[in-house]
Amino acid sequence: MKKCLVVDDSKVIRKVARHILESLDINVTEACDGRDALTQCEASIPDVVLLDWNMPVMSGMEFLQELSRTKMAARPKVIFCTTENGLGHIKAAVEAGADEYVMKPFDRDTLESKLQIVGII
Amino acid sequence: MSDAAPCTTFTGAMRVLAGLLESRTGQILSENRIWRIETALKPILRANGLTDLEALVSRLLSGIERQLSDDVVNALLNNESSFFRDLQTFEMISRELLPHIQATRPDKVLRVWCAGCSTGQEAYSLAIQFQKNAELWRGWRISILATDISTAAIARAQSGIFSQIDVQRGLAITDLLACFEPVGDDWKINEDLRRMVDFRTDNLLEPKVPGGHYDLILCRNVLLYFSLEMRRKVFDRLAQYSRPGGYLMLGAGETVIGQTDDFLSSREFRGSYERRGGLGEVAEHTIRRAR
Repeated sequence: MKKCLVVDDSKVIRKVARHILESLDINVTEACDGRDALTQCEASIPDVVLLDWNMPVMSGMEFLQELSRTKMAARPKVIFCTTENGLGHIKAAVEAGADEYVMKPFDRDTLESKLQIVGII
Repeated sequence: MSDAAPCTTFTGAMRVLAGLLESRTGQILSENRIWRIETALKPILRANGLTDLEALVSRLLSGIERQLSDDVVNALLNNESSFFRDLQTFEMISRELLPHIQATRPDKVLRVWCAGCSTGQEAYSLAIQFQKNAELWRGWRISILATDISTAAIARAQSGIFSQIDVQRGLAITDLLACFEPVGDDWKINEDLRRMVDFRTDNLLEPKVPGGHYDLILCRNVLLYFSLEMRRKVFDRLAQYSRPGGYLMLGAGETVIGQTDDFLSSREFRGSYERRGGLGEVAEHTIRRAR
């Protein structure tokens, strides 16, 4: 079973994402900010990270930059999932190494499609 | 419109509306899609100050408002579509089927027809695929024809403008960045890609598409809305327009079996059907005879 780490400071978003991901037979863990996510990734590398942009403590972009600096056996796929829908943010995320980008609001079809594109399902 | 629970059985008005759709398009509204009638027609009722479906049918039966009946038909058609729908199928087309067709066309002319293209995502997905592999197709004359019976769907397709939801379904973010630009809350496909596709309103039962034979016809997730009799008619038309040895792609769950002898299930390319009379069939026939 594939593992997804959902990183979002919104409990509601984490709950919605978990519901969708579990319906796609994906094992879900949660983190409420980038620092928490990084700690969890160091303990156990997920297959994919669903990553919010704006979060307290450590933002999604800071997490992505830290992740690429951290030595790991395997790098998880990273899908940004954010309300930052401007072209500049999307380009910056891709340049920083994000594999995909979901603009909120999202639905099951969108998430499923992005997970297919990055080869998780 | 009343706030009562949605209908689960056909009313008299619904039968008239389903009959209108079938007579104009060949598509059937089965009982399990009844819920669509009320949902799809709500905006039309509101725009025309009509209270319910019975009032709409009365207006339609007066027979003087062609635009209203066009609007009703457009609203009842299912325009569900997405970019690179069934990703594995698109990968097969891109990596296997198109290179195979390419190897069989010394004249470097490729004709593709998306029959029942809805709002254009499938045709644009092909265009994007050709643009990404431009080096492989250098010197080729590629035409992509895309037709649909819905005037509203074709108008949207021609605009090349898609919502945020649309561009997130099936489209990789790198393709979005490379092929689209933001327009307000929506996204517009690049002009060179938009021009690669010739969109036309057309009826699959009586196609008036440009003559000649097509190397590849995609008619995916369309025939499931037709009766068996209508499907046979459509297959006859598709066969007329398909080059011998050309390929037909149907949607998952759709088949030619029991409906036409003009296409054979391809052994090489999963989910595709080969028009009879091509080199592949001749070779297979020769092998069988040699045995």
